[in-house]
Amino acid sequence: MSTLQPTVPTPAALPKLRPVAWLRPLLKHPSGAFGFFGVMFFILLSFVGPLVIPPTKANPSNQYLAPSPTNILGTDNQGKDIFTQIVYGGAPVITVALIAGLIKTAVAITLGALAAYLGGVVDRVINGVANFILTIPYLVAVTVLASFIRLNSPVLLAFLIAAFAWPVLMRTVRAQVLSLREREYIEAARALNLGTFHIIFREILPNMASYIAISMILAMTNAIYAQIALITLGLVPFSDQNWGIMIFKARTLGAINTARTAMYILAPVLAIALFQWSLVTLARSIEDVFNPRLRTGA
Amino acid sequence: MTTTTLSPAPTSPPKLWSRLRRSYAFRATLQAIFTAWLVVTVTFVLIRLMPSNPVDRLVDRLMNEQNLTLEEAQAQASAMFSVNFKAPILEQYGAYLLNLIRGDLGVSISSTNTPVTEIIARFLPWTLFTVGLGLLISFVIGLLLGMMMAYWRNSLFDLVISTFASFLSSIPNYLIPILLIYVIGVQLKLIPVSQMRGAYSPTLKPGWTLEFITSILTFALMPVLTYVLSQFGHWALMMKNSTLSALGEEYVNAAHARGLSQGRILTAYVGRNASLPLVTQLAISVGAVVGGSILIEQIFQYPGIGTRLFEAILARDYPLMQGIFLIITLTTIFANLLADFLYSQLDPRVKIGG
Repeated sequence: MSTLQPTVPTPAALPKLRPVAWLRPLLKHPSGAFGFFGVMFFILLSFVGPLVIPPTKANPSNQYLAPSPTNILGTDNQGKDIFTQIVYGGAPVITVALIAGLIKTAVAITLGALAAYLGGVVDRVINGVANFILTIPYLVAVTVLASFIRLNSPVLLAFLIAAFAWPVLMRTVRAQVLSLREREYIEAARALNLGTFHIIFREILPNMASYIAISMILAMTNAIYAQIALITLGLVPFSDQNWGIMIFKARTLGAINTARTAMYILAPVLAIALFQWSLVTLARSIEDVFNPRLRTGA
Repeated sequence: MTTTTLSPAPTSPPKLWSRLRRSYAFRATLQAIFTAWLVVTVTFVLIRLMPSNPVDRLVDRLMNEQNLTLEEAQAQASAMFSVNFKAPILEQYGAYLLNLIRGDLGVSISSTNTPVTEIIARFLPWTLFTVGLGLLISFVIGLLLGMMMAYWRNSLFDLVISTFASFLSSIPNYLIPILLIYVIGVQLKLIPVSQMRGAYSPTLKPGWTLEFITSILTFALMPVLTYVLSQFGHWALMMKNSTLSALGEEYVNAAHARGLSQGRILTAYVGRNASLPLVTQLAISVGAVVGGSILIEQIFQYPGIGTRLFEAILARDYPLMQGIFLIITLTTIFANLLADFLYSQLDPRVKIGG
C-alpha cells in the first residue's frame, strides 16, 4: 500500500492481446462501465450515425427552432438541425485525436525506451529536449506555430499537436524501462544476444501494455483540447462539419447571449465535454483495475 | 571528501566550485538560464531562418501594401524587430540577444510603432492578477477537498465531489466560460456577462478608491471563477491520492501511537507531506493556465496578455507575437524555478540528495 516505487503489473494481472479478458473486470467497475459506454456511444454516433441519418439542409423558415421530437436539439441560424450536425461533426475531431494520439504515443515510447536503454549522451539529449518542451506553455506554442504553418490537412494538425505532447509520457516510459531493465528475464534476453530492438519491443513493451493504453487515451484528450482550441480561435481553415467549427460559428453569431439561440453553441460544447469526460474516466478506470499502483502523468 | 587537485592551481576555487555544483539552488538556476537561452534561440531561428519566415512575409507585405521597394521594406522590418536583417546572421543573432537583455523587443505593427514592451506592460498585469488569484483559490480549495475526500473515502461526499471534480477537470478549460455565461448570464441573469468588456468599468477613474477596486474585482470575477472551476478538481483528485498514500505511512501510525492530537497529525504530518508533490505541479500548471487564457480572456473580453496575443496572431503582428511568446515562456520558466526553490525548502531531502 505504501510502496512508492513504480511497479509493473505482473503478467498474471495483464493478459496480453485478449480484449474480452480486459473488458470484463472493467465493466464491473462502475466508472469503468460509464467511461467505456460513453466512449463507445460517441464513436458509434460519429462513425455509424452519418450512415443512418441523412444530412441536414438549410431552411430559412426554420431559424432557431426550439427542441422538438423532429429536431431533438433544435435548429441553428440557417434552420439546420443541430443534432444532425453533432452526428456529422464528431468523426473529424475523433480522427485527428486518434492520429495525434498514435503519433505522440509512438514517439514517446520510442524515445523513452531508447533513452533508458542506451543511456549516456542519447539519454541526456532526449531528456534535455523533453525538459525544454515541458517548460514552453503548450497551447501558446501550438497557437503561435499554427499561425506560421498553413494547417490545411488533418494529419499536419495532428503532427503539430503531437510535437509538443510527448515529453510526459516519454519520461514515464523511460522510468519504466529503467526499472524493467534490471529484471531477470531481460538479463536472460541480453545473455542470449537478442539485440536491443528485440528486447525493447518484444520483451519490455508488452509488459507495459495497459500503461500504454492509458496514455494513448489521455493523449487523445490532449489532442482534442488543442485541436478544438485552434479551431475555435479560427486558426485552422477547415470547412467541413466539425464540433469545433460549430463552436466557432456559433460564437461569431453571438449565439450564447440569448436562451433561444444558446443550444447552437451548448450542443457541441457538451458533446466535447462529455466525450472528454468519458475518455478520462475510462483511462482512470483501466488504471484502477489493472495496475492500481501505477500513477499516470498527463 | 577531499578535493583532488589535478592542476597546480590554488585549491580554494575548485572547492567553492564543487560546493556550488552540489548546491541544488545553483543547479536549478543554471538549468533555468539554459532553458531561457534555448527558448530565445529557437524563437530567433523560427522567426528568421524558417522557409517563409515572418520577417520575409513582413517584407513582402510592406512591399505590396505600401508600395515600398525591397530596400525600404527591409529597412522598415529591421526597425520593427529592431534587428538589422541585412547584417550577417550571427551578427543579427548577437544584436537580438543584446536587445532582449536591454528589454527592447521591437515595435508593434498593428498598434503602429508602440514598443512591444509597453504593450506587454499594459496587458500582462491583468493576466497575472486573474491567473494568480484563480490558481491560488483553486489550490486551497483543492487541497482541503482532497484531504476531506481521503479521510471520508467511499462516502457520499467523496462520490459527489469526485464526480464533479473529474468532470470539471476533464473538459477543456476554455469551454467553461461558455457554460458559465449560459448559466450565470443567460439563465440566472446574475451578471450581465456579455456587456462586460475590459478590466474595470469605463466610467471610473483609476485610483485607490473603493468603487474602483470593487469594479476591478467584479470584472475579474468571471475569468477567476473559470480558472478556479477548471483547476480545483485536478488539485482535489491529486491531493486525495497523495493524502491516501501519506495516511498509510509508518510515521503517521507512530504519531498516533505517541498520542499526538488529530489536528497536529493532520497539518504537520499528513498535510505537509501530501501537499509536496502538488507544489511542483503548481508551477507546471501556470503554463497551462496562461495558455488557456488565450481563449478564456477573449471570450470574456478581458484585456489580458491572452487576448492581446490572439489579436497579434490575427493581425500577423510578428514582433508583438514574438514578444508575448517570449514573456509568457520566461514567466513559466521563472515559475518553475520558484517552485524548485519552494520545494527544496519544504522537503529538506532534495537539498542534500542528487
